[in-house]
Amino acid sequence: MKQSGNILFSGVGGQGILLASELTAYAQLEAGFDVKKSEVHGMAQRGGSVEAHLRYGERVYSPLIDPGTADILVAFEILEAARYLPYLHKDSAVVVNTQKILPPAVALGKMTYPDTILDELTDRGINVVAIDAFAVAGEVGELRTANVAMVGAMSNFLAASPQTFLDVIDEKVKPAFREVNKQAFEAGRKLVYN
Amino acid sequence: MAFDENDNKLWLSGNEAIALGAWEAGVQVASGYPGTPSTEIMGNLVKYEGVYGEWAPNEKVGLEVAIGASFAGVRAFATMKHVGVNVAADPLFTASYTGGRGGLVVLTADDPQMHSSQNEQDNRNYAFAAKLPMLEPSDPAEAKAMMQTAFELSERFDCPVLFRTTTRIAHVKGVVEKGERVPTESASMEKMPAKFVMLPGNARLRRAEIEKRMAATRELAEKLPENRIEQGNGPRGFICAGTSYNYVKEAFPEAPVLKLGMVWPLPEGMIRDFAATVEELIVVEELDPFLETHIKAMGIDCHGKDLIPDQGELNSFLVRKAVDPDSVGELFAPLDLPMRPPNMCAGCPHRGIFYNLSKMKDVFVSGDIGCYTLGFLPPLSAMDSCVCMGASVTVAHGMSKALGEEGTGKVVAVLGDSTFMHSGMTGLLNAVYNESNATVIILDNRTTAMTGHQNNPASGKNIKGEPAHAVNLEKLCEAIGVPRVRVVNPHEITQTQKVLKEEIASPDPSVVISRAPCVLLPEMVKAKKPVYFTNLENCSGCMACVRLGCPAISWHPLTPEQAVERGYTKKQKGYAEIAEVQCNGCGQCAELCKFDAISKRGEN
Repeated sequence: MKQSGNILFSGVGGQGILLASELTAYAQLEAGFDVKKSEVHGMAQRGGSVEAHLRYGERVYSPLIDPGTADILVAFEILEAARYLPYLHKDSAVVVNTQKILPPAVALGKMTYPDTILDELTDRGINVVAIDAFAVAGEVGELRTANVAMVGAMSNFLAASPQTFLDVIDEKVKPAFREVNKQAFEAGRKLVYN
Repeated sequence: MAFDENDNKLWLSGNEAIALGAWEAGVQVASGYPGTPSTEIMGNLVKYEGVYGEWAPNEKVGLEVAIGASFAGVRAFATMKHVGVNVAADPLFTASYTGGRGGLVVLTADDPQMHSSQNEQDNRNYAFAAKLPMLEPSDPAEAKAMMQTAFELSERFDCPVLFRTTTRIAHVKGVVEKGERVPTESASMEKMPAKFVMLPGNARLRRAEIEKRMAATRELAEKLPENRIEQGNGPRGFICAGTSYNYVKEAFPEAPVLKLGMVWPLPEGMIRDFAATVEELIVVEELDPFLETHIKAMGIDCHGKDLIPDQGELNSFLVRKAVDPDSVGELFAPLDLPMRPPNMCAGCPHRGIFYNLSKMKDVFVSGDIGCYTLGFLPPLSAMDSCVCMGASVTVAHGMSKALGEEGTGKVVAVLGDSTFMHSGMTGLLNAVYNESNATVIILDNRTTAMTGHQNNPASGKNIKGEPAHAVNLEKLCEAIGVPRVRVVNPHEITQTQKVLKEEIASPDPSVVISRAPCVLLPEMVKAKKPVYFTNLENCSGCMACVRLGCPAISWHPLTPEQAVERGYTKKQKGYAEIAEVQCNGCGQCAELCKFDAISKRGEN
């Protein structure tokens, strides 16, 4: 079992990164690790790029992941996966949602969305797992569970058992959304090795 | 399951931990003004029993409220972001003379890297300048524990104690252990004029007390458990505090470290002893060479800003690279990608105002601090200055005076309701008194939106969401003496344009209140308006709606062949489309569309 690691979450404000990183943090705490997580609030949340750093181990000091040391990148949007390339190393795993959210310059027609950008990661030998989290969320009947489907896919790369994650969802998610989030987690988890 | 409310161990952010620490330390009165990264402290603190907490209209008011509570013998707390301390500096420097009765702690949340701020000033300098002790924790657990120490020191040395955090303390989550609340004192009235009335005669006597107190604090610093030496190996020793300690521990886990929990005054003996045990002394700190300068003033040789960056945040990679450049490996180079800056939300009422201002190319827009500062960004690009809270009004007035009659019809100030309450009002008073010809636009979205919807004196609710008096902005402006006060709905773009043009042209001071609630307010989200959609066959590709810069509207370019395929003329360069899931139903785009290509759902 891996004794320490760095999980970077990236995406666009409003995609549910906070909940995804919280559930993951609780699962790692349950697995007996010390955990630290760093977020940025305020101006950064208004539809801009957002990130959350999660580090676990026996004793974690720094709340920030160093460049070149993210073991897992959970990217909620394609461009926001590519943007964090300097944080990755050759053995990193990238779980990326295939959703595209056009940045302002693209939405205004001033720039184009770089279509084959994920190749830049795979060309460097990085393990990229692209999943359509919205399709998964749609199948379980609640589009807002796309973030938890992402956590499900990512959980394959962690030692914590799926049951730990399901227990965390039971504990931390509002009753009305528990079942559907658990389904999204399991559907997301199955995607990776199918 | 662990880490729930029944467990002694909690998973808390630094701000949540500080709120818990303040409650455990027996705080009874707290006041603050929202500001990233300090905001969540007050929001969490008022959830505890036995604490009175409030949002003040600005930081000076907040600190003075806390001083009053301290004078009444209870433990009091004031919270603010780093630039807020500038606003509160006046009472701070004199509270250093008066001291109090109940412990008084003033929290400054600094923002290295300027994630959400206009500057990255290092507020450790305030501790030196105001002659006050300052504590600085390294993580949420320490932040909670240090609140207790801060109040004890404040009462023991009869002075306010400064408590500094940074973004990587405030917004970092970690494991924190819950404790018990200490017994609290009852408030009482006691007249102590020699201590509380700062006339020169009294103040001179208190001035001498400050030096005695700082000497005593310096002595205590040598024994304070929050200052500690962690033994290690190797020729290098590090001195650090706050989050920099974490980076040193990760970058050089074996090295001896002097960790300072109190960053002012400094434990000279301890530093001297530590320096004597290492071959090379390195001070690692973010921003200013604060520790370094004072350590060098002791005659101790050390490295500091000759190695460590003096701007922005650090991390363990940067520390390792600064100290041992050869030890860091190659990184993947960043890709050249379109940036994704923050943007005003879909349906944001501010957009209607900045759209109109963007059409007035010869008008200078003096801006202010809030979500609406994003009006600076393209495509609206309708802000020409932004200095600090409240400066929109005063900078506009100064420009109008410098320009004289030339300036009539050319200078506009834009600020939000909360910023107007904070420090825009006094500027407006001045503008009227001294006959400005500038126009002031108050963006009244009924809340303090940028920091996450805190209520303010214009919201009609207090910090807990309970009903409170709401100041009437129109009447307030009239009482100040503004001869022309108009109210517009910013979503009605054409009508707003008409009013703006009239008021900007007027040689008298005028106020336009742009009133529409923030679309993210819970009541607005609940009462979700019908959304708009694009009748693609009618779109002429004129881009009128695209120029609003709404995140729900995207431009899709077309080649001549693709245009023809879609039934457009081959000259049409593209079409615009609304993402209905993002639309908040403001209707600004529908008003701008001259081709009947945008309609409301549920209407024919």
